Amino acid sequence: MIPILSVRDLTVSLKRASGTVPVLERLSFELDRGRTIALVGESGCGKSMTALAIMGLLPDGFALEKGSILLDGEDVTKVPPARLRALRGNAMSMIFQEPMTALNPVFTVGDQICEALRLHQGLGRQAAMERALAMLKAVQIPAAEQRLHAYPHALSGGMRQRVMIAMALACRPKLLIADEPTTALDVTVQAQVFDLLKELQEEMGTAIVLITHDLGAVADITDTVAVLYAGRCVEHGPTLEVMEAPRHPYTRGLMACSPHLRLGAAAAGVPEPLQEIPGLVPPLGQRPPSCAFAPRCARATDKCSAQDQPPLAAISPDHEVSCWHPEERAVA
Amino acid sequence: MTAVENARPRPILQVNDLTVHFPAAGGKVVHAVDGVSFVVHEGRSLGIVGESGSGKSTTAQGVMRLVPATSGQVVLRDEDFLAMRGGRLREARRRIQMVFQDPFASLDPRRQAGELVAEPLRLLEGLSRRAAADRVAELLPTVGLPPEAAFLYPHQFSGGQRQRLCIARALATAPELIVCDEAVSALDVAIQAQILNLLRRLQQERGIAYIFISHDLGVVQHLCDEIAVMYLGQIIEQGPTASFFSAPRHPYSWSLISAAVPAGPLRERLKARYLVKGEPPSPIDPPAGCRFAGRCAFAVDRCRTETPLPRPVAPRHFVACHRAGEIEAPDFSSGEMARSA
Repeated sequence: MIPILSVRDLTVSLKRASGTVPVLERLSFELDRGRTIALVGESGCGKSMTALAIMGLLPDGFALEKGSILLDGEDVTKVPPARLRALRGNAMSMIFQEPMTALNPVFTVGDQICEALRLHQGLGRQAAMERALAMLKAVQIPAAEQRLHAYPHALSGGMRQRVMIAMALACRPKLLIADEPTTALDVTVQAQVFDLLKELQEEMGTAIVLITHDLGAVADITDTVAVLYAGRCVEHGPTLEVMEAPRHPYTRGLMACSPHLRLGAAAAGVPEPLQEIPGLVPPLGQRPPSCAFAPRCARATDKCSAQDQPPLAAISPDHEVSCWHPEERAVA
Repeated sequence: MTAVENARPRPILQVNDLTVHFPAAGGKVVHAVDGVSFVVHEGRSLGIVGESGSGKSTTAQGVMRLVPATSGQVVLRDEDFLAMRGGRLREARRRIQMVFQDPFASLDPRRQAGELVAEPLRLLEGLSRRAAADRVAELLPTVGLPPEAAFLYPHQFSGGQRQRLCIARALATAPELIVCDEAVSALDVAIQAQILNLLRRLQQERGIAYIFISHDLGVVQHLCDEIAVMYLGQIIEQGPTASFFSAPRHPYSWSLISAAVPAGPLRERLKARYLVKGEPPSPIDPPAGCRFAGRCAFAVDRCRTETPLPRPVAPRHFVACHRAGEIEAPDFSSGEMARSA
């Protein structure tokens, strides 16, 4: 079985007057039908750029340098624009971070869901509306018949994000990209939205690329994780394994950064000081061929800044890391 | 450690029965905050948690007098803050400062960082431009920015650095209390940890008290000594952080916690049993009785007619639920154990 999505050696750069600046470097991952991969990292690490590259929506000035993106075997980087338009919103679709800005305020929710159905599936107005209604029900929007004719402003943030999901899944895409789909939402609503995505995925077999800066929040709905730092993948492996035994110091740092809830008897003690990763992600154009994380890394040695960053290397089956001094497996 | 820590902390701010209502269309009333009471002690942190629309931010704004309180009292030390005017008010404003959620929106893009941080010094302390600039040069390093940062504009800083600037501005007048309204929510986890550690260090060094508003229970547990959970304009549970997280009593607190537990079997178990569905009802003319009753799996007839009052369940730990003590509390044990075994 070929994977739904196969990203190979994806390299994206920004053209500036002063020269070409690498944005994404040799990114590779695969995703099977019905599976979910999390792309994790801080802002500026290339998560959203990866999503835009897959969707063929790279902003002006950014160019795909090399590599391929195979969607069900078809290289979307090489297809003509018309074919790309036919794929977008149909075979692959995307949920954006801000449901308020991603929905058009002057069209009803129903119209916006219908748009993709009429365009891609050639449905008539009536048939499209019926499917849109079914989608609203599928994403568990109460009083769906009335909401079909509502404008986005009349809906809460959680409802809007459900509408976005309904729009994205209306054509039963093979691939769904969700870019921080719940950061604008409350925790309880977040949990509901993730449960919903999981449910719909099981029903439709959609493969999901989930972009997040907080791995802990999505660990239970993803199968694999790719940790990006400064446009490079530094660790890649099964989610549970990466969570329990992160091998790249950046991954370990990210996990130690978010305070973990302590409940019951564990809640009595004084919290330990939070670990932090000092400093910032280096901006574009200031990323050396050596490990870009070295200046923030407690394990860094001279070797890290003197030699090029090592390629991702298998550290156990399916689990790869790009580091000269990977962390030891944690003793549980 | 120090004498200050051993001594019983004195209250800085007492909020009594604070109510903030807004008019809505058709003569209706938005009950944004309805009878909220709490105390903030010297050098301690109170966390306020709840979903959007629960009234957390309006509470903060009511306390800061950024929105007018409909009724209630805010007592700063021994004085009625809501009644102050003129010079007295300006003097009091020095002592309570605020940090907002969005560091992109809360800094004027056309002014240099140094001017922004100097503004409270000039306005509230009447310092000269020169004296204020000197103080800014001392302040910036305490929040981890170089003194030269004073000459940069907000767009030249990253999100985390901007939030450091906002903290420097709040610190400028050496306040006793800083109200942080979702101050780390817009930041990446790695930067969030840096800012949380900074806030904690400043508290230890300067004995500043915080009102820390957040929707993130993990963050609140980490930073705060006390926690208050708000639902639709009211505090439904309040207590010392350790007591709250060892044995929360309100079904809504259970729902919030089950959504925040790290992935694993414990989370699955808690979510299945306690996570509420849907969204809170409208704060416009809310129903009688317990406001959570409509979403609560444990509600009985009484909950829909009679408003529950906060009652003590442990030392300084209060819950507003008719059925607290009656219904079985969640079992938080074995989650982590089961995972690592």
